[in-house]
Amino acid sequence: MGAESRWVHTPPRTSATFDEHAIAEIHRAAATGIYDIRGFGAKRKVPHFDDLLFLGASMSRYPLEGYRERCATDVVLGERFAKKPVHLKIPITIAGMSFGSLSGGAKEALGRGASAVGTSTTTGDGGMTEEERQSSKMLVYQILPSRYGMNPDHLRQADAIEIVIGQGAKPGGGGMLLGQKISPRVAAMRTLPEGIDQRSACRHPDWTGPDDLEIKIEELREITDWQKPIYVKIGAARPYFDTALAVKAGADVVVLDGMQGGTAATQEVFIEHVGIPILAAIRPAVQALQELDMHRKVQLIVSGGIRNGADVAKALALGADAVSIGTAALIALGDNARELDEEYRKIGSQAGSYDDWHEGRDPAGITTQDPELMQRFDPIAGGRRLANYLAVLTLETQTIARACGKSHVHNLEPEDLVALTVEAAAMAKVPLAGTNWIPGKEGGSL
Amino acid sequence: MPVVDLEVTSLRDFNQMLHGLGDGTNETYFRVINPRGRHAIAAGIDAAVTVEIDGNAGYYCAGMNKQATVIINGSAGVGVAENMMSGSVRVKGDASASAGAAGCGGLLVIDGNASGRCGISARGIEIVVKGSVGHMSAFMAQAGTLVVLGDAGEALGDSIYEARLFVRGEVKSLGSDCIEKPISDGHKDKLGKLLEEAGMGGEVDLSEFRRFGSGRTLYHFHMDNLGAY
Repeated sequence: MGAESRWVHTPPRTSATFDEHAIAEIHRAAATGIYDIRGFGAKRKVPHFDDLLFLGASMSRYPLEGYRERCATDVVLGERFAKKPVHLKIPITIAGMSFGSLSGGAKEALGRGASAVGTSTTTGDGGMTEEERQSSKMLVYQILPSRYGMNPDHLRQADAIEIVIGQGAKPGGGGMLLGQKISPRVAAMRTLPEGIDQRSACRHPDWTGPDDLEIKIEELREITDWQKPIYVKIGAARPYFDTALAVKAGADVVVLDGMQGGTAATQEVFIEHVGIPILAAIRPAVQALQELDMHRKVQLIVSGGIRNGADVAKALALGADAVSIGTAALIALGDNARELDEEYRKIGSQAGSYDDWHEGRDPAGITTQDPELMQRFDPIAGGRRLANYLAVLTLETQTIARACGKSHVHNLEPEDLVALTVEAAAMAKVPLAGTNWIPGKEGGSL
Repeated sequence: MPVVDLEVTSLRDFNQMLHGLGDGTNETYFRVINPRGRHAIAAGIDAAVTVEIDGNAGYYCAGMNKQATVIINGSAGVGVAENMMSGSVRVKGDASASAGAAGCGGLLVIDGNASGRCGISARGIEIVVKGSVGHMSAFMAQAGTLVVLGDAGEALGDSIYEARLFVRGEVKSLGSDCIEKPISDGHKDKLGKLLEEAGMGGEVDLSEFRRFGSGRTLYHFHMDNLGAY
């Protein structure tokens, strides 16, 4: 008598190593012979701010009244050397995103939204557009390795200068802008032939290493008569050393971007496997600043996966002066909106997963240079959505700060935090919840 | 004719004075003495003035220049005339690395040799080097012209876009996607005019030059080009 068939065959079992995504990627690579390029940031789960909790007030900590007592949010950036530091009303800035990767309307909306709540936007690879300057009350001008669109007139028009060494999504990598998005205007701004796949440099053309950077910063200060704050942006990789070297080179502000930070177009393998999470990067950077007696003198802006006010508050509690948002700002403008799901599916994606920002087919009209698609995006409405979102982030940050008894969001501190996992406790250097144990700390506890 | 002694006047004061010059200024010529290799001398000028520097300049001399004529009676450090928009810069001695880097316009003339990465990321600048240039010159150069009367080092024009390169001497090697191209009478006319502008008109035989530029094979990602990336 034969065995019952249900006992003969084991049910199909997928491999944890060769999972659905890994198999699909091998098939795709075999079919095309080229690596996958996409936008967005790291999608894999890594230790993040979700692994931290605030303790709030208790018997020994007095909270502030939620709707009555003031909790200030202002930030001054660039007091170290600049004659005209940047004054922000909120500790949240808009990260560098290029005209080219984004439509002109999207850049305008970023400026409108940020200006409405008293914060800054940042240019990107490809230079500054007139619309961007007009819509942004405070505009940070990036100097990137490619120098696309780099113009001393724009340098002088900017409110601050950001020298980009690296980006969290791709520390050590240059930018890409594929041919579909090299429109006549983008090509002219970047002095490139139309329609080519543009490869941005990953190293600056006229300096190498921190000693040269010091001289480069001196040149920029001379050209702008020592008026503008100079930021140095680094991808989170070796944050302790990079922060110390940036300070030594004369930076007014260090911008530290974790691996969850977005990109317009980068190889998937780069996004997911190079760099470290922002959670792991903040404390080493703060430690470097503290050891140099520069904490709060050279400001620290952190980015990479900021979504809500809790993330902002946690970043500040770990020692940052402000945060920067890119991906979240695009989502606030309407990227990956559920209403567009049908259109995303037509181009092989879905709402919530769309990351082919480099292809220029964005139905939301944000990451495109297609005139028809760009028409769909209303910069005024988009700006309003972004302003609303930034206001909510600020209110949420204040809510948490007040609960911890802080009259300024900068008074949040690591002592207000605990970690849910051993990894997060080690990275953030705060105790595991319910214990006084900080993994890696000498003696092992507070 | 103001003489600026950088042992007496601070570089910051001098540069700020230059930046404050308006159109139609009566002060159109400045002689700088005792530069002693200071960095960023005459950086960021936007006025039709002449600055003559007696001695050696450090990094980024005449950086981001617009309109001005800057003459260095000595050698120049890294990044001379970087990101120049217009005007002209002349180095009577040698130039260090990245001369004319990312320059958008104007004319850079180097009477001596230029080190590596001369004309890197050029975006329209015209560079004439009487001597030789080092490795990786015109790397990723997008537009403009590099003329070398001497030799060129390794990987000339690597990943070049639409810049034009003319070399009279030997080229040690060409970089990815940089190829030799035929030189027409039209090219020779343009080359002759540029050499004339650089003060070398009639000094050299134009037929001795070879022309190089982009093979345009790397303009789009393709697996067949894998070995070149």
